[in-house]
Formats: sequence, structure tokens, C-alpha cells
Amino acid sequence: MEYLGQYKAVYKAKSGCEDILAKAQDGGIVTSMFAYALETGIIDGAIVAGPGSEPYKPEPMIATTVEELFASRGTKYSISPNISLIKEATRSYGLDKIGIVGTPCQIQAVRKGQLYPIGLRDVPDKIALALGIFCMENFPYQGLFQMVEDHCATKIDNVTKMDIGKGKFSVYTERGVNSQIPLKVTHKYEQPGCHVCLDYVANMADISTGSVGTPDGWSTVFVRSAAGEAAFNKAVEAGWIVAESMDGVKPGLELVEKLATEKITKNQKYLEHRAHKEHAALKPLRNPYI
Amino acid sequence: MGLLDKLKGLLFGNEAVSEGKQDAKPGAKPADAKVEQKPIITKPKEEKPVADKITVGHVHMSGCTGCLVSLADNYEGLLTILDKYADLVYCLTLADVRHIPKMDVALVEGSVCINDECSMEEILETRENAAIVVALGGCACYGNTTRFCRGGQQNQPQHEGYLPIGDLIKVDVYIPACAPTPQQIRNVCLMAYLLLKGNDEQKALATAYLTPLMNLAAAGTEACGCDLMTEVINQGLCCGCGSCAAACPVRAVTMQYGKPQIERDLCIKCGACYAQCPRSFFSFDVCGQYESITNLIAEVMKP
Repeated sequence: MEYLGQYKAVYKAKSGCEDILAKAQDGGIVTSMFAYALETGIIDGAIVAGPGSEPYKPEPMIATTVEELFASRGTKYSISPNISLIKEATRSYGLDKIGIVGTPCQIQAVRKGQLYPIGLRDVPDKIALALGIFCMENFPYQGLFQMVEDHCATKIDNVTKMDIGKGKFSVYTERGVNSQIPLKVTHKYEQPGCHVCLDYVANMADISTGSVGTPDGWSTVFVRSAAGEAAFNKAVEAGWIVAESMDGVKPGLELVEKLATEKITKNQKYLEHRAHKEHAALKPLRNPYI
Repeated sequence: MGLLDKLKGLLFGNEAVSEGKQDAKPGAKPADAKVEQKPIITKPKEEKPVADKITVGHVHMSGCTGCLVSLADNYEGLLTILDKYADLVYCLTLADVRHIPKMDVALVEGSVCINDECSMEEILETRENAAIVVALGGCACYGNTTRFCRGGQQNQPQHEGYLPIGDLIKVDVYIPACAPTPQQIRNVCLMAYLLLKGNDEQKALATAYLTPLMNLAAAGTEACGCDLMTEVINQGLCCGCGSCAAACPVRAVTMQYGKPQIERDLCIKCGACYAQCPRSFFSFDVCGQYESITNLIAEVMKP
């Protein structure tokens, strides 16, 4: 399990709230955790990917109420620079206990920011709950637009849900699944920066979650830190989240590990390739990892 | 993981070790999962956890004192640092010492006015008298707003040439940003303490922590928001997280379509955005242990 990071427990879980499940991407874990944390004061605001000026273009927002939180439900397969609000949350919003959701790279940015708060004054001790989402790659908005409008021949304004799973990118409209394309078609639209990423399941989050590993309508949840464990257990106790053992769940952790291994070994190879060792005439590209 | 457990053990005795053991798992470095599990050391609890302090000085060159205010903005934390880990042996504002003495760590604020002989002497003296020279803040690292000086100001109109200290002396560690944050200054002070007074393992932790800041010092004296373009986006590394926009003290960086957009006329060249970027430097060894390091800092900062 070397690519899955350290965790205290792993569950098959979903929201205990029907309202959340109705619009959830999978198990509605992020919305439920933040809703519970907001209601009980574990956090006093959450930085989430809210709706933007264009359909399916996420815009980071700070939700301080459950209503605001609900506006951000569901996955948007594009870049939401959530960390850009992390200092603002402590300033204009005056938050002392910040919840933040992010992709693995964004959670890495949070942890770097906590240990090296170079421009993040007074932020380090105000991160109360960092939720990570599994992430294979992300798409710039223009890339996502191309995938939906061009490859899937669907007007993006009419899309009700997008999903990546089982090797396909699926676009839903009011009539159900409208179009599916193989994931390999989408690869060229990926954000280049994703190809040097060495984290699939947000190893540095307090809790990380994603659909891979559990049946439809459920999420796989890794509980990692002490803060994550405390919050998650309380949310389960309060009924906001239904959690079950991963034992015997198909496809289970094997699939999560398989995908993590695939992503990380591929990207490690890419990092090696960037060093241009095989071509003495090429200078190496910069490697951010030390 | 071993390292931090041992560190805790040395600082606080064994109780802290067994207590801290549970969450002190190996760093989540996917590339290198084999972290050796060293046996937990057994050493009698020390009466006085901290033996001797390091000596730190604040050298004021051409800066606005904002960096010093930031140091002081650790509030009671500053008192803890001065109490347990560091003696402030030189600081024109806070200590009654007129000449730069020998010291372990010099925190240098501000750039150097090369038209001012006294400044030139003092920066030389600083380098000669300090084991570690830390460029504190944007001006000392990169020139910051003093890069825009062109002379003619009251009451020294002839002062027009200002250089980041790295253009004149060898600098060991950078703390960029305007102003540098109290927490970043605190972390560097604690790590400098471990580096100079710790045992081998503590030194290893401090070295791992300080290495990226030493690399910044070795990389040069020029910084600009453009670094996000030249060193991150152009290099195919940007992940669109927004750290740069959060770090910028003058809101010169905004995120547009998932990438930083830099308003170069607003940029003051403090270096915060690039240094904050997770793709400028990232250490799995250090960041993977964020939980135990954070707990450790909280513990050692208790008055």
C-alpha cells in the first residue's frame, strides 16, 4: 500500500443525508463532512469549488453556511484554485478554523504552506480540516469545454453531470447519459502540471475520499490524521455519514492501489524523462521535488 | 519514522515518545515508502530540556522595520524563543548593543545602500561575525521595493544604489516575502537552534527543513512575479492551486482560468509567490511529516 500513504482507517462511506446524496458526485462525503463541521463548530468556514461565471467552471468560494456549501456540490472537472483564498479566509472572512477541500497537489500546497508560511501570515494554525479528493489529472477549462462540446457533441450549458469512471468520461443531460468517450481521448487536454504529480489519494489530507474502490453511490474514505479521525468519527456518530468496513468490498482497495501505482510510476518516469539524461545535448527541465 | 520521536524524546523525555508514537508514521512519500523504523531511544528525562541557547542578531540595513515587527509579532512566542532557544545579542531597536558582535545567526533586514559607507561596513562585519547569515524579507533577499529607488529622496538624495545583501556577501538562508511572516521567522529560528545545538538527528531534520531556503539563497538575488511564468508555467509545472495568489502581499497575482495572472506593475519583487508555490520546491520528507512537525513546534513553543 505504499502509494496510498499513511492512514488510521479506511471505510466505504456515504452521506447520511438524502438532500446531499441527491446532488452528490458519489457518496457526498466532502459536503457532509463540511456541513457537519460547520454545524458543530469544528470549522467556521470552508473553501470549496463553487459555481463560476461559466457552466462547469469552478470558482473558489468560502462557504460559511450549509446553504452556501450546498451550492458547490458535485465534481467540476476543471481547476479551482482553492488555495488562493486561504489567507483571505483568515482576513476578510475572519475565520479561525478553516475547512478546505482540494486535489492532492492542493493539499500538498496546504501542508507546505503550514510548514513554510512564506506569504501566509497567521494561516498555519488555522487549518482545521483539510479534505483531499482522489485525482488522476485535471483539465483546464478550455480543455474540458473542448471535450464536452467537441468530442461529446454536447452543449455545455445543457450538461447536468460529468463523471469519470470505468475508463470513460461521461456527460449527462436531463435525458440521462448523453455521451461517453474513452479516457484516452481526454489525455491530451490534461493540465501539463499534473504529469509531475506523485500523489493520487491526497496522502497529506486529514481525510481523503473518492469514488474509486467502492460501488456506485458510495465513496472510499481514508481517515489519516488525528484531526481527521476525530471529525470523521463524530460525523458518523451524529448520522451525517454512514461508514462501513472496506472488508470484502469490490473492487476495493486493490483497485485504488492499482490506479495509484499506475499514476505515480508513470509520472515518476515522466520526471526522469524531464531530466533528459538520455540526451546529453538537452538541458534538464526543473524538478520541484527535493 | 524515528527522527521526530527521537527529537521529542530528547527534548521532553520518554513519556512524550510513547505518546507521540501512534501518529508518528513514516512521511507519506509515495516515491520512497521504505522508511526505516528505528527503535525508540530510551534516555532518562532531563530536568532542563534545553541546554544552551544560540545567539541571534537583527541587522538593520535599508528596510522599513516591517521584518522586525513581524519577528515581534510572534508575541509571547518571541518571549519563549528568547527564553529557551536564542539570545538576542544585537538589535538596534530592542537591544542596547552598538556594534555588531560575534553571533550564530544574523537576521539581516533590508537591502544595502552602496552609496553609504556605514552600510557597506556593516554588511561586511555581519558576514564576518555571523556563522549563518539569513536574508530576512524581500529587501534583503531580492531588493523588493528598494529595487525601484532612483535617488533624490529626503534627506539623502544621493542614496540611489540599493543591493540585496546577496549581491555583496554570501548568504546562507532566505526568508522571502514582504513582510516575512512571524511563523516563518519562528520556524527558521527553531530550526537554526536544532542545526547548531542539536544532535545528529535533530541536525538532519533542521537541514532537511532549511535546505530549500538555502537553495533559494544560492539561486540568486532576483525575484519577480514573472518567476511564476518562467520557472513554473513555462517549465510545465503549474498545478493551478493558487498558492501564489494567496501569498502575494499586494494582490498582484490573480487566478484566471486556473493559472496565475501577474499584474507586473503592482509586483514589488518580494519573492513570496514563487517561494510559496508547491512546485518551486517540495520536500516529501518534510511536508509528509507535517502533523508531527506541527505538533512539535506547538510543544516547544509552550511558554
